[in-house]
Amino acid sequence: MKLLLAFAVGGSICTIAQLVVDLTKCNPAMVMVSSVSLGAILSGIGLYGPLADLAGAGATVPLPGFGHALVQGIMEDFARLGFIGLLTGGLKATSLGLSAAIILGYVMAVVFNPKG
Amino acid sequence: MMAVKKLGAQSVVFQNPPVIAAASSVAGPKEGQGPFGPDFDLVLGDTLNGQKSWEKAETQMLLESVKICLKKAGIKPESVDFLLAGDLLNQITCANLVARDISIPFFGLYGACSTYCEGMALGAMMVDGGFAERVAVCSSSHHNTAERQYRYPTEFGAQRCPTAQWTVTGAGAALISAKGSGPRITHATVGRVVDMGLKDVNDMGSAMAPAAADTIKRHFSDTGRRVSDYDAILTGDLGCVGKAICEEMLRRDGLDLGGRYDDCGVILFRKNQDVHAGGSGCACAALVFAARLMAFLKQGKYRRALLVATGALHSPTSCQQGEAISCVAHAVSIECEGGGS
Repeated sequence: MKLLLAFAVGGSICTIAQLVVDLTKCNPAMVMVSSVSLGAILSGIGLYGPLADLAGAGATVPLPGFGHALVQGIMEDFARLGFIGLLTGGLKATSLGLSAAIILGYVMAVVFNPKG
Repeated sequence: MMAVKKLGAQSVVFQNPPVIAAASSVAGPKEGQGPFGPDFDLVLGDTLNGQKSWEKAETQMLLESVKICLKKAGIKPESVDFLLAGDLLNQITCANLVARDISIPFFGLYGACSTYCEGMALGAMMVDGGFAERVAVCSSSHHNTAERQYRYPTEFGAQRCPTAQWTVTGAGAALISAKGSGPRITHATVGRVVDMGLKDVNDMGSAMAPAAADTIKRHFSDTGRRVSDYDAILTGDLGCVGKAICEEMLRRDGLDLGGRYDDCGVILFRKNQDVHAGGSGCACAALVFAARLMAFLKQGKYRRALLVATGALHSPTSCQQGEAISCVAHAVSIECEGGGS
C-alpha cells in the first residue's frame, strides 16, 4: 500500500511539473526552483509533513521534498539553537542529498570522463 | 558614380554572373541518416569525429568541407583569393581556426544561420567586382556545440519543446569563380534585419519567418521576377512552424509560392528522426544546397533556384537582457549553365 501511495504521489508531482514545462513558457530551471520553493512553503504551513508521512519517498525524493527538508531542518535547529539555527538547520538536514550529489558526481566524472 | 549593379532597394545583379565551380558537404551521423544521406560528400561516423571536443569536431568538418570543395574544383588553396567563413560559436571560432589552417586571406562572417547565403552574395560581389578570381565560401554548425552555446549544457539533458529545432551537424563549402562552367549566381537580395518582438528561443522558426518573407518579397519586387520564374525556392531553416508562417505572410501579400517552395530544415530530416520542428543552423542551407540544389542545377533538373538562408541574430546575453530575437535572410538566385530564361 505504501509503495502504491509513493508511486501515486511521486508520479503526480512529476506529472504536474511536466505539464508546467509543456503547457507554459516556463523553462526547466524555473520549474526546478519553484518546485523547491513550493515544497518549502507547504512544509512551513504544515501541509507537506503529512504528505511525506503518507507517501514516504514518493514525497521526499521529488524536488518539493528538498524544500520540505530545508524547512524542517531550519525549524528543528531554530527550536534547539535559536536564531543561529535559521542558518545551520537547512544545510544540515539536506546534507545527505547534497553530499551524495557532489561526491557521486565527482566519482562518476573520474570514472566516465563526461565531456563532449 | 551610379551603382550600376544595384537593383531596386535591396538587390544586386551580376553583370558577369560568377560560377559556382564546386560545392561540398560534410554531414553528421543523424543528417547522414536523412533523405540526403547518400548525396553528402562525407558523413561522420559520430559527432566527435575522433576529436576531443565537439568544437574541435566542428572545426575539422568545416576544414574538410573546404578541402573537398577545392579538390572537386581541382583548385589548390593558394589559387583562392579569399575565404569567407562563419559558424555559430562565440567569435566564430571554427571559421577562424579553419582560416588559420588553410591560410587563404580571410573574412570572418557572422550571419547566424544565414551565413552561407551572406557569403555567397559577398563572394559573388567580389568576383563580379573584379576583386577576386576565386572565392571560397563555407559555414558550419554542430548540434552539440550550438546546444551549449545557446541553450543548456549538454550534460543537463533539458527537454526540447515541439517548436524547437535541431541544430544541424555539418559543414558546407562552395567555390565561386569568375571563369569555368557550372551554375551561376545571377542576383542577390540582401536582407534587412527584422524584429517582430518574438522572444521565445525555442521557436526560432516563427521569429525568422518574417525576415524570410520580407527578403523574398523584396527579391521579387526588385528583380521584377515572378514566382513561376523559379523551379525551386528554398528557405534556410524555418522548420515546419516557420515555413507555414512564411508561406502565409507571403500569401497575404499576394505571393503564392505554391509547390515550388520548401524549407531546407524541413527536408533535411525524415519525419521519424525526432527533430521536432525541423533542422536549423548554418549547415542546414549549406548541406541542402550542396547535396540537392547544386546537383539539380548541374543536371538541368532545375533551371533557376532561389536560396534564402535565414538567421536569428540573438545571443544568450541579449535574450537574458530581454531583447527580442532579430532576424535576417539573404537570398541568392542561381541559374543552371546556359541561363534560366
